[in-house]
Amino acid sequence: MNYSRRFLLKRGLVGFALALALGGCSKPEPTSAAKPADGKLKVGFVTVGPASDWGYNYAHNQGRLYLEARMANEATTSIVENIPESAELERVLEKMIADGTKLIFPTSYGYLDPALRVAARHPDVIFAHCGGFKSASNLMTYFSYIHEPMYLSGMAAGRMTKTNKLGFVAAHPIPQVLRNINAFTLGARSVNPKATVNVVWTNNWYDPPTEAEAAKGLIKLGADVLTMHQDSPLTVVQTAESAGVFSVGYHADLHQFAPKGWLTGAMWDWGELYVRIAQSVKDGTWKTEQYRAGMDGGAVKIAPFGPAVPAEVQKEIRAMEEKIVKREFVPFQGPVKDRDGKERLARGQQPDFEWMEKMDWFVEGVVGTITKK
Amino acid sequence: MTDTWTPLLVAAFAGAVRGGTPILYAALGETLAQRAGVLNLGLEGVMLVGALASVVVSYYTGQLFLALIAALLAGAVFGSLHALFALRLRANQVVSGLALLVLGNGITAYLGIPYVGKKITSLPPVKLAGLSEIPFLGPVLFQQDFLVYASYPLVLLIAWLLYRTRFGLEIRAAGEDPETADASGAHVLFVRSVAVIVGGACAGIGGAYLSLVYAQGWIENMTAGRGLISVGLVIFARWDPVRAMWGAYLFGLAWALKLLLQTTGLQVSPYLLGMAPYLLLLVVLIPVGVRYRQGNGGAPTALGKA
Repeated sequence: MNYSRRFLLKRGLVGFALALALGGCSKPEPTSAAKPADGKLKVGFVTVGPASDWGYNYAHNQGRLYLEARMANEATTSIVENIPESAELERVLEKMIADGTKLIFPTSYGYLDPALRVAARHPDVIFAHCGGFKSASNLMTYFSYIHEPMYLSGMAAGRMTKTNKLGFVAAHPIPQVLRNINAFTLGARSVNPKATVNVVWTNNWYDPPTEAEAAKGLIKLGADVLTMHQDSPLTVVQTAESAGVFSVGYHADLHQFAPKGWLTGAMWDWGELYVRIAQSVKDGTWKTEQYRAGMDGGAVKIAPFGPAVPAEVQKEIRAMEEKIVKREFVPFQGPVKDRDGKERLARGQQPDFEWMEKMDWFVEGVVGTITKK
Repeated sequence: MTDTWTPLLVAAFAGAVRGGTPILYAALGETLAQRAGVLNLGLEGVMLVGALASVVVSYYTGQLFLALIAALLAGAVFGSLHALFALRLRANQVVSGLALLVLGNGITAYLGIPYVGKKITSLPPVKLAGLSEIPFLGPVLFQQDFLVYASYPLVLLIAWLLYRTRFGLEIRAAGEDPETADASGAHVLFVRSVAVIVGGACAGIGGAYLSLVYAQGWIENMTAGRGLISVGLVIFARWDPVRAMWGAYLFGLAWALKLLLQTTGLQVSPYLLGMAPYLLLLVVLIPVGVRYRQGNGGAPTALGKA
């Protein structure tokens, strides 16, 4: 089903009138109509934005499509897009459950609490929440350390910059974003100690005009490689391309939007993980967990290199990628010092989940401020 | 001026011109409409319609010229809706305007779904030969794009139209004293309709600027309040196109600085900077209000009256 509650509620009347006016030619088509009777597992996905955003939501939808292709005989999937992080989600989940959905992926961070409430009401339905830190007997959480491919992308940026100024357009100063900025900076400076990363906050997950203005400003100030942590990387990548500077992507492979300036990027690849979860639900072996992994888990990787990246740089990055996948190296490895010289991780120590979730500082080489609300 | 501040200022002022341009187009159109005595609160919706129309045409044809025509026409159609309801049928202008806002928001959100994430031909930056080499002013004013360059003469054109032509006189008369204008032979309904429709077309272009230059694609509700700011700007500029230009650039400057100041390491809250244009608007409105305490703030006398 490809409906959206918010869309129905807010735009239903206009849309309905218009659909009638156009002879119903643009009425959304239901994409799946399998009944539970055929024995297939019904898997539902909910995204906070449009699945066509080429970003966070797109990546989850790609995972869904992979799951549907791989388990064509065992499962059917549905997706509901554009659901705000509010009680709205509860209604959507209830509707999915009423339709016979047995495994649900609420993919946005702010979905955790409403999902936990619905999970408590429906012990026979299994939930897999992306990014959450609380679980229940029928709600697991999962996440992958995308800052690891971000470190590798930083290496590409550090090698390719001529001005030694890298630009980072970022949404909100929360630990997950700060991890990416810090890992990107560490990666860049591991190959180019003169590189600095200039951070501009847009204070919004999805605000393309502001993202574009931030990107244009950074370029004007001399940045020649841009990257971002926004829900959709599209705006910054395209702005960089039309200004003739390099771009490093995030969430998804966007090389086709920047045929000249695309270097590489950090991207999700949820497919295998989703198949594994769905298969275990199907087999009755599913158990709740807090799944966390880095590049060793396979759900995060670096995107294909663009034509601008020379072979020796690609080789250097691939070598480091191998070390990270084998866990011989991780981006935050003691000793880690923040920008002011304060030690955040002692020599020889490995970062744990909690340490990473508490990050609220910049490493050396980042230009910008962390605004407290 | 140290070495770090000059590029920052250039970037900020260039950003001010760019960021002010979509608001400027909408505000110029609204200035015309309000001068003729018609309040159009629906600019936000009109801009969205223009933004989506240009994306759709750019996506299918790849022709920027056609995309701009589409934005112009879509805006004009929405302007004529307002003319139909608020003028011909004499509905309340505020209600009709708000209806346009909601309609534009809803219809574009619905029709735009298939165009999210679609690659379109976007409006490229073009350096004007010669002019772009002028120190400071060159990078600020002449390293922009076609729509920015088109907005410079448009400001003068609208000022000339309002103050120097017979039609402009009729517009102003329709806004100040429609009965007298009618008695002196002007067709008030016609004059007002033209002003509103042209105003809508301008707002459509303002919307297209956001989709063709900034986002380079369609995003639901991408105007994010810029249409409402434009209505406020018309009052801020006291119904004058040249002042509207300065006002728009001021808004653009606050927006650009909010982003750029972060790179200096200065500890200024972006939330505070984000508020700056609105605070500024309030501050400017105080002396305006005091000066025109007896009157209506210098607004066209018949503004908003059927």
